[in-house]
Amino acid sequence: MKILAVDDELDMQPLFEQRFRKEIRSGQVQFAFASSGEQALKYMEANDHEAVLILSDINMPGMSGLELLEKIKNNVYVPPPVVIMITAYADAENHQTAMKLGADDFLTKPIDFALLKQKLNLI
Amino acid sequence: MSIAPFLVSLFLLGYLDKQFKKISGATASSAVLRWLLLGCVVLLCVEVIFSADSFTRWIWDAALILLAVFMYLRADSLHTRTVLSGVAPFITLTLFSDVLEITSADNYRLWDDYIETAFFFSFLWMGAMWISHNKQQKALEKDRIRRDFEEAENKAIAQRKEQLEIMVNERTQELLAQKESLQKALEDLSLTQNQLIQQEKLASLGELTAGIAHEIQNPLNFVNNFSEVSAELVDELREEQQKELRNLDNENQIMEMLKDNLGKIRHHGKRADGIVKGMLQHSRTSSGKMESVDLNALADEYLRLSYHGLRARDKSFNATIITDFDPGVGSVNVLPQDMGRVILNLLTNAFYSVNQQLKTQPAGYEPTVWVSTKKLPRQVQIIIKDNGLGIPAKMIDKIYQPFFTTKPTGEGTGLGLSLSYDIITKGHSGEMILKSKEGEFAEFRILIPAV
Repeated sequence: MKILAVDDELDMQPLFEQRFRKEIRSGQVQFAFASSGEQALKYMEANDHEAVLILSDINMPGMSGLELLEKIKNNVYVPPPVVIMITAYADAENHQTAMKLGADDFLTKPIDFALLKQKLNLI
Repeated sequence: MSIAPFLVSLFLLGYLDKQFKKISGATASSAVLRWLLLGCVVLLCVEVIFSADSFTRWIWDAALILLAVFMYLRADSLHTRTVLSGVAPFITLTLFSDVLEITSADNYRLWDDYIETAFFFSFLWMGAMWISHNKQQKALEKDRIRRDFEEAENKAIAQRKEQLEIMVNERTQELLAQKESLQKALEDLSLTQNQLIQQEKLASLGELTAGIAHEIQNPLNFVNNFSEVSAELVDELREEQQKELRNLDNENQIMEMLKDNLGKIRHHGKRADGIVKGMLQHSRTSSGKMESVDLNALADEYLRLSYHGLRARDKSFNATIITDFDPGVGSVNVLPQDMGRVILNLLTNAFYSVNQQLKTQPAGYEPTVWVSTKKLPRQVQIIIKDNGLGIPAKMIDKIYQPFFTTKPTGEGTGLGLSLSYDIITKGHSGEMILKSKEGEFAEFRILIPAV
């Protein structure tokens, strides 16, 4: 499974790599990282939308996670990637907007990695 | 018969009476003079009744001489000099003719005509002197009246002066009281001003709180996460060590990661620490001390805080932030809390402005805020620009005035820009230049001396 994590916090990369250490080593998952919505879109274009799962932070300078979500969902990718939104602001409005724009799931920071793994297993 | 000496005596007594009255106004001497007048009349009666001419003439002579001596002695105080010189020839002549008559009757008869003539002239002289005396008296009187008038005038002036003095004193008291009340008002005002500044700080701290919470949450998440994965890594390392066939590469890799993680934990711990410190610093009163501060880091910190602060309060808000920090700026001597407040204030305004603009023209509008720094030859420049509402030309003069705000009541204190302007111009000897076009953009350019 290819996962593209999008977050403006650069330390999210080593964190994901260590949290998913076993899964990466066993080849269960592969990670790619982008630090902004723009970068994420570029990666999607360049790699012919390899990623099947996109974890995106909502609050980022520039293109927000929600805008990225909208763009991804509006693009006719086949098959459509699963998008899980992650945000520090766990308010109803954010949640509703994300769902309306087509997010497949919604997680709040701090990320519960056990829960995330559970959700990934279901995909 | 001694009609002439009698008349002259009467005249002189009357004259003296008048003079006395004139200088003292009292009538104390009048009684004496009245007795003397009576004496003169009695003497004349005695002389007529008893034909005692040969005897009384000497009394007349003595009386006239006494009067003349008295007048001479009091010449200065009674102004009798002219009258005295008027009667002097007559008295001398009377005395002379009397003495001549008794010493040599023959000669007297021989000289009689001359003496008569001399008497006639002495009377003329007396008259002339009297007229002259009266004229003099009139002049003196005029002079006296003038002096009296002047004196009265002086008195009136003195009185007026006194009145004025009292008025001036009253006015001075009034002014002093006014000055005191003004001073009191000024003290009250400066107290209020300090309170307002404190309030403004608290208000901006309120704006920051949400941003701060968000900013602290992120590093704390990392601290928690990295310590958790590190514990897992230690477990993995232990497992690895117990294997018969040890994979040293893997072990080293794990240990390297552990070390990195500890570094990250420390880094994010420090980050949270810095944010808390910054928050405390922001709420504290300015130390008033210039400190060498990495201006780019300061601007970046407040940029994040203000963006997340606004973001946390208004979920729908989003803006593109374009930063251009010149690494050449480096450390600059500033009042860190104050400078932070200025940047925060300008950014809050910029975000507010683009947000307002977004509400009125949503189609195709990209809310954008630019933050840039630049090292100039002698100055450091900070530009904070937004493509929001802009500032109408007619308001440009007012925006630095205290309490001027375009925000709805309760949303802004109206002190932000005025305080910022003071901090830059007075606190940092710098400049704050505004460029704006209504409905298009607003750009604040801060220039402070680079030391």
